[in-house]
Amino acid sequence: MNRRLANVIAIVALGVIGILGPWLFPAHLSQFSKLWLFIVLALTWDLLGGQTGYNSFGNVVFFGIGMYAAAVTQVGLYYPVAAYTAAKGGGTEFVFDAAQFYTGLALGLPVGGLLAALAAAALGMVILGMRGHYFAIATLGLAIAAGELAAGWEYIGAGSGMVTPTPPDTIDTTLLFYYLSFALAAVTFGFLAWLYSTRFGLAINAIRDDEDKAEAMGHHTTRNKVVTWTISAFFLGVAGGIFGNLSKFIDPIDVAFNGAEVGVWMILMAILGGKGTLWGPVIGAAVFYVTKELFWTYLLGWQRVALGALIVIIVVFFPQGIVGWLKERWPERFGPSREEMEAADAKGGA
Amino acid sequence: MDNLNLLIQAPILNVQLLLDGLWIGAIFALAAFGMALVWGVMNIINVAQGEFVMLGGFITLMIVEAGLSPLFGIPVAAVVLFVLGWLLYRVIIWRIVDADMFISLLATFGISIMMQQLMNEIFGSDVRTAESGLGMFYLFDNMVTVSQIKVLAFVLAFVIGLALWMFLKRSRLGQAIRATSQNPRAARILGIDTDRVYAATYAINAALCGAAGALVVMAYSIHPYVGLPYTVRSFMIVIMAGLGNLGGVIAAGLGLGAAEQFAGFLLGAEYQLAFVFLLLVVVLVWRQMMLARRRQYLK
Repeated sequence: MNRRLANVIAIVALGVIGILGPWLFPAHLSQFSKLWLFIVLALTWDLLGGQTGYNSFGNVVFFGIGMYAAAVTQVGLYYPVAAYTAAKGGGTEFVFDAAQFYTGLALGLPVGGLLAALAAAALGMVILGMRGHYFAIATLGLAIAAGELAAGWEYIGAGSGMVTPTPPDTIDTTLLFYYLSFALAAVTFGFLAWLYSTRFGLAINAIRDDEDKAEAMGHHTTRNKVVTWTISAFFLGVAGGIFGNLSKFIDPIDVAFNGAEVGVWMILMAILGGKGTLWGPVIGAAVFYVTKELFWTYLLGWQRVALGALIVIIVVFFPQGIVGWLKERWPERFGPSREEMEAADAKGGA
Repeated sequence: MDNLNLLIQAPILNVQLLLDGLWIGAIFALAAFGMALVWGVMNIINVAQGEFVMLGGFITLMIVEAGLSPLFGIPVAAVVLFVLGWLLYRVIIWRIVDADMFISLLATFGISIMMQQLMNEIFGSDVRTAESGLGMFYLFDNMVTVSQIKVLAFVLAFVIGLALWMFLKRSRLGQAIRATSQNPRAARILGIDTDRVYAATYAINAALCGAAGALVVMAYSIHPYVGLPYTVRSFMIVIMAGLGNLGGVIAAGLGLGAAEQFAGFLLGAEYQLAFVFLLLVVVLVWRQMMLARRRQYLK
């Protein structure tokens, strides 16, 4: 009961901070938009990595697909995309008025999400039969190949990237994208919290704990894994669409399919916060994002070296994560894991 | 696919591509040999493999800048990387030998990011190469050119690989390494210090990659971000050949080198890397499908 109350308080507090964000930290609004998106990245990575036990280096593929799909939809509704990218998106010929911009965005983000989900379903059916590190390495290959392919494809601007549609001056895009990012983070969190409380949540946890046994019990493990990956890809795709518009420029390797940075960061955020927990990725994303911004500000030039060192330190010395550590340290306050609670519930109910 | 017609009309081009592929393939096989060693003995997939190659290249560049022949780079790079590998083991790797494989993947990935960014800060991101001063062979009425340094690198790669093979077969430490890979617990009972064996294995792998990197910088080129493709190639070769199959590693390495040359020629050089990474996925999927027929899976 107490734990539930604490959960409600934490959610309400986060919600209030999120909604009042533009008044609380007006100067750092776009950084906070990115923070909400990073929370989405960490949550969706944890859905497959932490809850299902399949560690993917390649979730960034869906992020990038969503980004490009949203941008191409936004442009393609009104102008030929090839001409737009060839002109580097700039100039006076490609003007979007407010209605066009909103329509493009309203269509582009779902399209991004759906295309990413489709890609996840197709790829998942092929590679989710592999287990453990083979899956991890296969996804690493996918992530880098996707970047190289996007960098060679003229239609979406090849190596010189793509500019997202410039909105008319009347729209306050910082505020718009802030609330979009916040809403996406809230929806993702709510959806995953619900998902983990269903039978499906238990089914994917069973895959993590002992896949052979789960299969012997009659679970369609591969199908469940594909569904899981598809769900996480959908949210990642939408997040990518927002991120592309937020950055205003999509570079194939440095922004969209950045396997060596964003692709690793999402893993790191989930591990830092605590793999396989609902709150872990949220906390991990917040802590990591602040650390990263500090690195970028104070260690200019050496920030990436420091980040590499941080990866090693977190993974080697702190693999249980913040939430995992809290549970170990104060079991009476942060309590038994969800599995134990459910076991207790089952006993009480019977 | 214009280039396909070119290949059919001028078959001599095939010879050129095949030879180019074989020369570089030997170096791939060398790095893959090291990866198979660490994988088999310590159960770690070393993602920093390519970065060791890259470091070996930069050490050789420093040798050349000091006015020496790049050939000196091979032993120097091997020794420096041996020490670095030993240090890395003592600081980081020993903590993750028994950990979950994903932990070791991620930790070595962190090491690889750290090394490539460090080299980027120190040397800049330019593509560099060490001039060897060797000339060309001309074959088939000057239709096929073979640069002598590539042939030399090819031969040296084989010599280094064979030397390591003999070392593993004959020497006391080599036998200890093989015993540990077969059964670490039994090896410990029989008085082998497996911790030292692991350290030596990781250091030998680093040294091997360092030597490979010296060959790469002499015959080809190097830059701070060249590592990951070498890691992926090594991984691909190992899963194609299987652990502990030296003949398979050589065949897969040479085959991969040739396949890459043809793909680069047919699809365009900008897609050559994409081809390598997609080939990795294809190889994995193919292995998976073969195993699925026997109700097994890759794990």
